[in-house]
Amino acid sequence: MKSNLLNNFFATIGRKTLKGLWEIDQYTRLVGQTLYWMAAAPLKGHKIRFRSTIIQMVRFGVDSIPIVATIAFFIGIILGMQAAYQLKPFGASIYMADLVGVSVTRELGPMLTAIVLAGRSGSAIAAELGTMKVSEEIDALRTMGLNPIPYLAVPRVLSMMIMLPSLTLIADFVGILGGLFVGIFSEHIDFWLYFNETTRALVLKDFLTGLIKSGVFALLVATIGCYQGFSVSGGAEGVGKRTTTSVVTSIFMIIAANVLFTGLFYSTL
Amino acid sequence: MDKKPIIEIKELHTYYGRAHVLKGINLTIYENETIAILGRSGCGKSTLLRHMIGLNQPGSGEILIKGKNIPKLNEDKKTEVLKRIGMLFQNGALFNSMSIADNVALPLREHTDLEESTISIMTRMKLDLVGLGGFEGFNPAQLSGGMRKRAGLARAIAMDPEILFCDEPSAGLDPIVAAGIDQLLLKLKQAFKMTMVVVTHEMASVFLIADRIAMMNEGQILAVGTRAEIENNPHSFIQQFLHREPDKDKVDRETFLQNLTSEISG
Ligand SMILES: Nc1ncnc2c1ncn2[C@@H]1O[C@H](COP(=O)(O)OP(=O)(O)OP(=O)(O)O)[C@@H](O)[C@H]1O
Ligand SMILES: [Mg+2]
Repeated sequence: MKSNLLNNFFATIGRKTLKGLWEIDQYTRLVGQTLYWMAAAPLKGHKIRFRSTIIQMVRFGVDSIPIVATIAFFIGIILGMQAAYQLKPFGASIYMADLVGVSVTRELGPMLTAIVLAGRSGSAIAAELGTMKVSEEIDALRTMGLNPIPYLAVPRVLSMMIMLPSLTLIADFVGILGGLFVGIFSEHIDFWLYFNETTRALVLKDFLTGLIKSGVFALLVATIGCYQGFSVSGGAEGVGKRTTTSVVTSIFMIIAANVLFTGLFYSTL
Repeated sequence: MDKKPIIEIKELHTYYGRAHVLKGINLTIYENETIAILGRSGCGKSTLLRHMIGLNQPGSGEILIKGKNIPKLNEDKKTEVLKRIGMLFQNGALFNSMSIADNVALPLREHTDLEESTISIMTRMKLDLVGLGGFEGFNPAQLSGGMRKRAGLARAIAMDPEILFCDEPSAGLDPIVAAGIDQLLLKLKQAFKMTMVVVTHEMASVFLIADRIAMMNEGQILAVGTRAEIENNPHSFIQQFLHREPDKDKVDRETFLQNLTSEISG
């Protein structure tokens, strides 16, 4: 009896591990194929679907501007207040401009924008492709001799990789505005003083590291959405499950990748 | 008669997980013939079709279309074969994000260099054929189930395929429209010399359009032959199927009602 339970216990762990490894293997394959169709295949004369890419860019990017901007503004305010609170006793309130500027451009701008898009667009990708899978639309594509990777995945990944960094720039700017807002109205710092302090503190590298990160986050969010969508089985319930998984996995991967990046940039740059 | 094989299936086995779904299918389909695949719900008809169009990888066995082993072909070669094939899915499988016209036009846009104006004329022609003229701008969600199926058929024949696969083309259609679909399939066969593989439960349409019938049961092909050959086949399942008899162990309607009344009164 006891050994039976133990057996079941280890069997379950084993099965889950194998399933997990299998999923990672499948996911890596999808990423590999997507990158191939995005970067290598165009050199061989396969065209990229720009029309469809632009449609997705509007869906992922333009439509997300209000929510991303609002959140970035709030984050700027929160960071500003936190910084001011800690710097004021030293009479160094003005340095809040440095703190807000650097944290927003290097860390919070890219990460929060990516998380918003994981919830808003990554999930939409998973749900849309999952529904197509369930209603045999993807099978229909394949029987027409159309490969779903260049046809469906590439436009989504490409548009995400263009729009997420662009949105990140907007978030950076609006986040800094949020800090400025606190600086002017709560700390009574002169606008030009704050502005000059910010430009002095920020270097191009801060934006660049942020943008590199957001490019990688974009690849993660879009490919995880595609993978979960293509993996749906078992009707509408399966679509729901995979959509949730896509959001949770994306957010986890964004944060994990960010740790890796920050470690890397911190030690080398 | 020198009949040329166009599809050859050899010792095809398939598993879904542990379930052994296709158990050694052998079937040869000849050029320009219409073959009807009959069998009970769940016996593996759709699965067999999916293998023929390369959507599923078999556990073992070969599927040759014009001599090419479909499961072993690389992406590009498979695409070349698929361009000459049309498939009507059991549920239509239309692209829900596109209008009916765009659904039908998609393969033409992707695989030909035709002018947009030519494509639009061809699209309208195919939709007229299936009786959906005037519905070009509709989305799949705005159509009835039967209309979706007909739109799926229009899309399947958009490229004038050599081989047409139909998974229950007339299921869920009213008898008049179903008869229309039968006429259309007959026309495709006679005028365009299409080879057709049709899964259906409609005996009337089987007898009308099929040159040969393949009877499937539990993942195997029991018999293949002309209508007369199948009708004279002594196999009990085939006779049961053709004569619409219920399973023997199921109580018939009279006894069921009797049991019910005696249960209520007693
Ligand atoms: N994706 C799948 N995963 C697991 N089992 C499946 C899957 N698709 C089909 N099956 C099983 O395979 C068997 C054959 O299914 P199939 O759809 O080929 O039947 P069918 O003959 O087309 O039935 P119907 O006439 O109802 O359409 C069924 O028992 C079904 O439960
Ligand atoms: Mg079926």
